[in-house]
Amino acid sequence: MSYKNIWSQAPSAEVVNTPTRFGRALGKYAVIVSDACNNCLRCVAICPEKVFQAQGSKLAAPLDHLCLGIECSRKTNRCVLNCPQDAIKVGYNSSSKALGDSRWTPELLMSTWHMAETGQLPKSDIEYRVGATEGGFDKLRFRFPKKAPRKDLDVDTIDTSISLNKRHDGRLDISIPVPVYGGGMSFGSISQTTMLSRIRAFAAWKSFTCTGEGGYPEALYPFDDNIITQVATGLFGVKEETIQRVKIIEFKYAQGAKPGLGGHLLGSKVTEAVARIRETVPGSSLFSPFPFHSVYSVEDHKKHVDWIKAINTRALVSVKVSTPSDVDMVAIGSYYAGAHIVHLDGSYGGTGAAPDVAKKNIAMPIEYAIPKVHNFLVNEGVRDQVTLIASGGIRTAYDIAKAIALGADGVVTGTPELVALECIRCHNCESGRGCARGIATTDLELVALMDLAWGTQRIINMLSCWRDQLRQILYRLGLPSIKDLVGKTEVLGHLDYSSNLEDDDIRSSGK
Amino acid sequence: MPKKYHIHVHATPNRYPTIGRSGIVDWGEGCLKCAKCVKTECVYGVYKARRFSTDIFSDTIDQLCKSCFRCVQGCPKRLIHKTINPEWEAMGDDLYTPETISVTWMQAETGSIPVSGAGYGGKFSGPGFDSMWTDMSEIVRPTRDGIHGREYISTVVEIGRKPFRLRFSDDGLLETRLQASIRLPIPVVFDMFPFGDLSDNVWRATAIAASRIQTLLFLPYSESRKLDDFKDFVVPVFRPSQIENASDLNYHRMVELIDESVTLNLVKKIKSETPDKIVSVRMDALSEKAHIKRVLEYCDAGVDLIHYVADERGYEPGKENGLHVKDVVKEVHNSLVRSTFRDEVAFLVSGGVAMAEHVIKSILCGVNLVAIDIPLLIAMECRVCRNCREGGECPVRISQIDPEYGADRMVNLIGAWHNQLLEMMGAMGIREARRLRGEQGRVMFRENLESDTFAQLFMDSSS
Repeated sequence: MSYKNIWSQAPSAEVVNTPTRFGRALGKYAVIVSDACNNCLRCVAICPEKVFQAQGSKLAAPLDHLCLGIECSRKTNRCVLNCPQDAIKVGYNSSSKALGDSRWTPELLMSTWHMAETGQLPKSDIEYRVGATEGGFDKLRFRFPKKAPRKDLDVDTIDTSISLNKRHDGRLDISIPVPVYGGGMSFGSISQTTMLSRIRAFAAWKSFTCTGEGGYPEALYPFDDNIITQVATGLFGVKEETIQRVKIIEFKYAQGAKPGLGGHLLGSKVTEAVARIRETVPGSSLFSPFPFHSVYSVEDHKKHVDWIKAINTRALVSVKVSTPSDVDMVAIGSYYAGAHIVHLDGSYGGTGAAPDVAKKNIAMPIEYAIPKVHNFLVNEGVRDQVTLIASGGIRTAYDIAKAIALGADGVVTGTPELVALECIRCHNCESGRGCARGIATTDLELVALMDLAWGTQRIINMLSCWRDQLRQILYRLGLPSIKDLVGKTEVLGHLDYSSNLEDDDIRSSGK
Repeated sequence: MPKKYHIHVHATPNRYPTIGRSGIVDWGEGCLKCAKCVKTECVYGVYKARRFSTDIFSDTIDQLCKSCFRCVQGCPKRLIHKTINPEWEAMGDDLYTPETISVTWMQAETGSIPVSGAGYGGKFSGPGFDSMWTDMSEIVRPTRDGIHGREYISTVVEIGRKPFRLRFSDDGLLETRLQASIRLPIPVVFDMFPFGDLSDNVWRATAIAASRIQTLLFLPYSESRKLDDFKDFVVPVFRPSQIENASDLNYHRMVELIDESVTLNLVKKIKSETPDKIVSVRMDALSEKAHIKRVLEYCDAGVDLIHYVADERGYEPGKENGLHVKDVVKEVHNSLVRSTFRDEVAFLVSGGVAMAEHVIKSILCGVNLVAIDIPLLIAMECRVCRNCREGGECPVRISQIDPEYGADRMVNLIGAWHNQLLEMMGAMGIREARRLRGEQGRVMFRENLESDTFAQLFMDSSS
């Protein structure tokens, strides 16, 4: 099977092996073959993970990201001891320490790359669930019962779908088969190839992707039914026609990475194409002000929601807000204004560029905001009429499940898709030509580094692996549907409050 | 509206090479001599632009590399590696981390706000100021720059005694005598350096910077008289025993006295004889009741400013497990409020203010303004190695700095900080730095968020 496909169609959501674009993938371990190698290719036959491959009669550069580690390599029936020339050495990849950061640790990056390549969890001892931020999701653990509580559950039929319209107001009844959709990233901040890769992958999974505030390029038209268009303060590219194209419209009040600040696209990124879509002038910096200057109350906000509902009489409305101290009041206000989806974007969310001071310090992390809002909406008696979506620092399937257990219905992601496309978290997206990996850039030479079919498939693979992990987590908890997990905090433990939490790795034993 | 405050910055490159986070390790041995080497394909062209610098006797590649890892991944023999620079990792301490030092250098060089792509990559939270998040407003944002005559965000604060109430005579004339005060355009003053390769040049550089941004420089009395050309911006700091005759006190419009047993009476004497002399008391930043009682006694004696000094890391001085200054400030602020002195005196804290966000967080906890020290040294390229403390040599020879150059670097840093204050205030919907003071409800403290959410959900009843 190949991942070649027609650009204007969403491919099927099947996993297809999709290796790195850049030479050899980076892994935790480095497999070094010295010049002593005589190309006997014994290692090719011996390694069960296919680290060694023949290239004609010679040994190709080893795919060391697939290596299970030092311990495996030294077993009597494995590569190191069976090399007649003593040419194989396995050690740690010394470059991996210079990768990533506390939130996206080297291992989290590598495990996500592995999922995007193979659609499977890595088999080595790489951490794939949490990072090293020492708080929030990284300190929460699932309390899996020792034995699966419900043997009658079939893991392959566990329901991971969520409903996006709980108001039952006669508008579209939309359900997505995975509890995740793609967050807004504008054309301009990312390339059209990146944008379409995300859209096509989520469309393959019958979910949605938000356009962000960068207008609605024509290339997106084939995917209208899987796109959320955004209305933000700059109103770039917002037209009656684009509002009517889609099934969901998102109001963006604030962004978690820069809460209370506006957006700013540097003039150098405003190319002809970007300017045309946004209906502006090429080369001129674009400001998206904060806030909506016509909204100073919940009543003003309701008026705007009503306008959108009048322009598109079938669509659902999502309201994206940040997490201030009164986030619970903001959420109930959005419900009152008629939102179907209340989308909370926590303070550690992604961005194409934002002041460091804002990313670190302003507004609360999503882990606190979810239970606060969930409980408030429950007490107000409206929780079952609104879909609560969380974003801002969701990296893994475990983060998704934890967010839901804390009280969200589902999540929105952004950075994990970019990591699937081999983002390396160098934090240089804002600078000059932008991304050296051709993801967050509009520079034509760099954009050409990525093929659309490749990008789409990488994200499909990751989503597939996430769905499998979510099913495993639910199976171990004895829950037939992800809807049963919402607000079920008793399945979680926190390392600061409990000393007896066990490893929640779904790879060990299980099923 | 008064004239808008603007700090003029301009690029001021470092004298010495900065220490970078990571470096390329590039082995030649085993090279396959590929027809198209990954080094020729570098997006940023760093392999072409690299040279040998005779300033640092080293390759410049690590200052050019943006860590995209394309070459690391691309080399079929894995001959190219990136590693964390051990010298970078070893810089500073738990407050002045390598990241903080690097980003302070960048601000001192460029005068611009640190901006980067992708979400925050640091820890979830941490000790001290890192356990606070500032609030934002979904619907209110003042215009940052006051375009078209609209009111802009003001960072003005004042030092000086304010009357508790105004009294008017029967015919409507003001009877209350208003005392002198100093208006600062930014809630940041410069404090004495706790260490440093100091010299007359360094003090002069700092005084020039203080005068350019129109703030104050606190420095030992012995140094103060060398800077008479900056007398309006200099606050001499005295031990009471150092005062030989009263004229010592009269030269500057404001003086600071170190808290000793005799200081209280001295403050009373000065304030009764010369009520317009602005007097500050420099006290250890301690939270004990008895110590706070002494703060209130100074307030009663008519002091204009209470200056609390924490240790270099921002904790109660001289204590093993002292409170962080944010908690000390909260205590003192709340005591000042209860005793009704809060609006009459100004409250300043120094020690542990390492980044722009610490200014705003301190003010939200209850001070009017903060004083900074080590960040100014870092602006002058200090690596926080503290060699100077043991009489060792300064690796960047700060004592030999050209005063104008040093001032440019410090002005750049404060310019960048000022912009960050505006961003954070704008996000909160607050237009006046004066209105930030003690707004503890507009901060989210981790301990409160924890007790409201996770503690209730996850507290183990068994343990």
